Amino acid sequence: MGTSFGRGGATTFQQDLQHSDCIVIMGSNMAECHPVGFQWVMEAKLRGATIIHVDPRFSRTSAVSDMYVPIRAGSDIAFLGGIVNYILQNGREFREYVERYTNAATIVSAEFEDTEDLDGLFSGFDPERGVYDVTTWQYEGAGDTGAAAGQRVRHFETDAALGERHGSHGALPGGRPRHRDPTLQDPQCTFQLLKKHFTRYTPEMVEETCGVPREQFLRVAELLCDNSGPEKTAAFCYAVGWTQHTVGVQYIRTAAIIQQLLGNIGRPGGGILALRGHASIQGSTDIPTLYELLPGYLPMPHPGDEDLATYIDNNSSPTGYWGNMDKYATSFLKAWWGDKATPENDFCYDYLPRINGDHSNFRSVLDMLEHKVKGYFVIGENPAVGSTNSKLQRLGLANLDWLVVRDFVEIESAAFWYDSPEIETGELRTEEIPTEVFFMPAAAHTEKDGSFTNTQRLLQWHHTAVEPPGDARSDLWFAFHLGRIIREKLAGSTDERDRPILDLNWNYPTQGAIEEPDAHMVLREVSGYDADNKAVSGFQDLKADGSTACGCWIYSGAFAGEVNQTARRKPHQDQNWVAPEWAWAWPANRRLLYNRASAKPDGSPWSERRRYVWWDDAREEWTGYDVPDFLTKKRPDYKPPDGAQREDAIAGDEPFIMQADGVSWLYAPSGLRDGPMPAHYEPQETPFRNPLYAQQHNPVRQTYRHRYNPYHPSNGQVGSEVFPYVFTTYRVTEHHTAGGMSRTLPYLSELQPEMFCEVSPELAAERGLVHNDWATIITARTAIEARVMVTDRVTPLLVQGRTLHQVGLPYHWGTKGLTTGDSANDLIPLALDPNVHIQESKAATCDIRPGRRPRGPALLALVEQYRRRAGLDGAESRRAAAKEHDR
Amino acid sequence: MSMTLPPKTPSGGRDPAAISGWAQHPDRVGFFTDTSICIGCKACEVACKEWNEVPDDGLNWLGQSYDHTGELGADTWRHVQFIEQRKRPGTADEGLDAPLIEHVPLAQLGREEGFRWLMSSDVCKHCTSAACLDVCPTGALFRTEFGTVVVQADICNGCGYCVPACPFGVIDQRRGDGRVWKCTLCYDRLKGGFEPACAQACPTNSIQFGPLDELKVRANRRVRQLHEQGFTDARLYGADPDDGVGGLGAFFLLMDEPEVYRLPPDPVVPTRDLPAMWGAAAKAATALAVATVAAFMAGRR
Repeated sequence: MGTSFGRGGATTFQQDLQHSDCIVIMGSNMAECHPVGFQWVMEAKLRGATIIHVDPRFSRTSAVSDMYVPIRAGSDIAFLGGIVNYILQNGREFREYVERYTNAATIVSAEFEDTEDLDGLFSGFDPERGVYDVTTWQYEGAGDTGAAAGQRVRHFETDAALGERHGSHGALPGGRPRHRDPTLQDPQCTFQLLKKHFTRYTPEMVEETCGVPREQFLRVAELLCDNSGPEKTAAFCYAVGWTQHTVGVQYIRTAAIIQQLLGNIGRPGGGILALRGHASIQGSTDIPTLYELLPGYLPMPHPGDEDLATYIDNNSSPTGYWGNMDKYATSFLKAWWGDKATPENDFCYDYLPRINGDHSNFRSVLDMLEHKVKGYFVIGENPAVGSTNSKLQRLGLANLDWLVVRDFVEIESAAFWYDSPEIETGELRTEEIPTEVFFMPAAAHTEKDGSFTNTQRLLQWHHTAVEPPGDARSDLWFAFHLGRIIREKLAGSTDERDRPILDLNWNYPTQGAIEEPDAHMVLREVSGYDADNKAVSGFQDLKADGSTACGCWIYSGAFAGEVNQTARRKPHQDQNWVAPEWAWAWPANRRLLYNRASAKPDGSPWSERRRYVWWDDAREEWTGYDVPDFLTKKRPDYKPPDGAQREDAIAGDEPFIMQADGVSWLYAPSGLRDGPMPAHYEPQETPFRNPLYAQQHNPVRQTYRHRYNPYHPSNGQVGSEVFPYVFTTYRVTEHHTAGGMSRTLPYLSELQPEMFCEVSPELAAERGLVHNDWATIITARTAIEARVMVTDRVTPLLVQGRTLHQVGLPYHWGTKGLTTGDSANDLIPLALDPNVHIQESKAATCDIRPGRRPRGPALLALVEQYRRRAGLDGAESRRAAAKEHDR
Repeated sequence: MSMTLPPKTPSGGRDPAAISGWAQHPDRVGFFTDTSICIGCKACEVACKEWNEVPDDGLNWLGQSYDHTGELGADTWRHVQFIEQRKRPGTADEGLDAPLIEHVPLAQLGREEGFRWLMSSDVCKHCTSAACLDVCPTGALFRTEFGTVVVQADICNGCGYCVPACPFGVIDQRRGDGRVWKCTLCYDRLKGGFEPACAQACPTNSIQFGPLDELKVRANRRVRQLHEQGFTDARLYGADPDDGVGGLGAFFLLMDEPEVYRLPPDPVVPTRDLPAMWGAAAKAATALAVATVAAFMAGRR
């Protein structure tokens, strides 16, 4: 999303779905996982919208949709690419929108070669290192700004250690592109490249790849196109069913291309809604718990970023809003180090660590197995159940010096040392585990002040209703007092390495008997204040001279006017339907992003029916139902003068102000590691060949060869027939992710009291599975058991002339709580998307057979027997281990 | 006694509170459960238990699709049913046993269109003519000013007469307690001016609460809309004030025959026939008495 539009968040908000004429829910079981937000889908349906659900499994979302399309797990790019091709072949694109608001006209370097030319690879692939050199993907003339820029891009983008360098926004080192063809006829313009790239994604190809009959696919494509245009809008909703693949980012990119071609971005009832799984998962990327990002999507410095000026130069863009990165970065440093951050010491920039390798969660877990990681905090997570290859996770936890787990109850991640599958099989023995576990009771959200940032970038404040019981404390309390105690212990140290901690601005007032830090003061710092210690009104107030401090620039303004804007609760009936005075959304309280695109280039609405933000000639400003996502006084006919910088370089008819060129990206010249356009690749584990290219998998996906992380042979390889079925994992409404907040409660546990698997009657007949009885699901990682639910909701598919059976597995269960069961995540290998290091947990292969699994060491014997049959014997595993990181 | 139904109100509904002795009373309120937009999230079940402190119903795997609480009972006052049906949605002419083609290529044949998954949140119907209330010997069951039917736990003696009386099998004795329990339509919340917990928790407005007359207007509009969209099987259940229970205080929009939802197609309050039965019995008794007297008279002769 960031690469396509400029910001790494949902382009719209859930309430806006009510205005949609057609909603495609794909990669999401929205009714079950987002039941409250789903009311707006139901509202749209009541108003006559068509709801389409595309999913491997008929779920509660499918039940209330107008159309359900079963699809093979892991084949969505083929399906979506088919829609792109349908649009382009039939001229269904929203022409004026595409011409004016996207980079369709921009000319790409003549050196660029497509997957059509190289049978599944883009130009610049380095087979030795398994990475792309992206130089040839650039716009034509990008190199004109000097070799340094091109060099820089090559250096950053090809270093396998780097995460999302520009991944969160459309920065262009060279600034605005110089070469355009407004007629979209030039064969090197992105529009023509796109057309060529997707030309073989025909309805027949969709059928062969996805198992979706061509008539059904065409119905979806037609409905989508019929419900888009000046008068109508269509929306996409997705969740982790799209992100959790080795090509997850490109799934979303394909939808982004469709929505650009149909003119559905920045307009009411349109957009792409990224549905986030937890109450504040959006918040945990905005103010990240990720190793490669700093707050507000500022990249974490790399070794090449020697000083602040270089860091900013390497990461900003002369044109577009990222031209202001110096203000955001300096204010961020001032928030962390306060008075200690001065122009003389580069605002303490050197206190920030530099990334010199992969420090993602999965890498860290593998490092635990080698005892390279000594200590670990598990807060609001239950990796022993909820993380991919949870067996590997548990083995990692069992090889630490210390582990801190903060939760409401003793979850599996705190109990693994005496109660886990590995204790049962004898792989772990309690007395041999070195890890010292500290379990700390945590306060619930009703027991503390704070904010959630939800799926639509909305910050909502919650107040303490009751004091936390006993020793339970908030995460804020824990972090603050841990920092305080560490600082007290380090006080007086002259060691340089302690300076970053000792110089921290760590002065939050505390209150009450438990000395709870004042969460309002944290939000105030996040929002920002000026040299007179007055709250800033937004990021436009931030300065690069050190006179302002702001913990997270995109949240700037959340405390504007010294008022906690996130605590606003004006009822919707007392304001317009957008409800701008309910809580506060980033950025600048905008609810619908890029909303300048809801008006024509001349500033008038595309249609009365879809009016949203428009240019008011009398008042000489942008106005509408929402905060305009544009400089309010910038005229629609504004043309940037030569040499204009930052936002001044964005013309009055360019709605995507975060992009260096002011338009959305059909073709992404930078920011992605696996291609400027999406291509269908098979999942890491698949019973099928890639029908589109000789290149079977995403060539730059991240894999970890490890004895506890073996991969099944793929289609055609010896042993692939041992694991003939595809399985996919998911949640059900009744339980919360890894179960820590639901399997402990009787009212929720009774509603889904056992781990189960969902299979079709046809598969049940083929394998002798009996409804309500037990089944064992086997992979090379391990085997688990589950109650059998035979249901018509699972459909066999015809793919490449063969019948494919898919198995559905909810992943909520573990060994603790009122309802216990095996964990589906034990089955899934680590294979990651190269852009964001998200694991492929939505498509893998398995075998299934009736009956309960063996107990104790017999379980290991069963798995070993399967490994041998699949050719994954010990020798193979050892060879594989030596080739770690093999692609 | 419900031998006579409450008279109809100007809007066509019935007002049971009035004939139960409430001279001044608020509008009759109830539920309209629109199953066409139920997403089966079970928030109603949980909200009901949370608010009313109903114990859990046991952690038992039932495998009735996604339903593991089974049915309404003393410990489940809202119950969401899941009905997996091999039927093309919206076509009245295709029966339950519409043929399903079982062989590949299934996808090509569009098997998914021959299938639907119905969900419905069931609840006590708060009948206009409530048999449970009629047969209660202790007065534990009573008609509230809102027209709803409520059990007073401190009066119920656990006799259980009401259990077989209910034509819907709703009211139930709690094991280990003996008393009967059921939905109160959150009488305590109504007293405080709040809507029932289930209706408030329902994210899609499948459960709607309000004055019954208003709900029926809305429900009729919704049925018309569904018919226009081709869902010709859609119908209201329990909205007719002239049915065997005088209409329901909690009525439903169903997408198929009531039997599909395990609801009686033509519910009748069992006490409806009591007057006739008593009349017949009285006639028989009189005839017997006359015969006896006649016999003695004849004997004396």
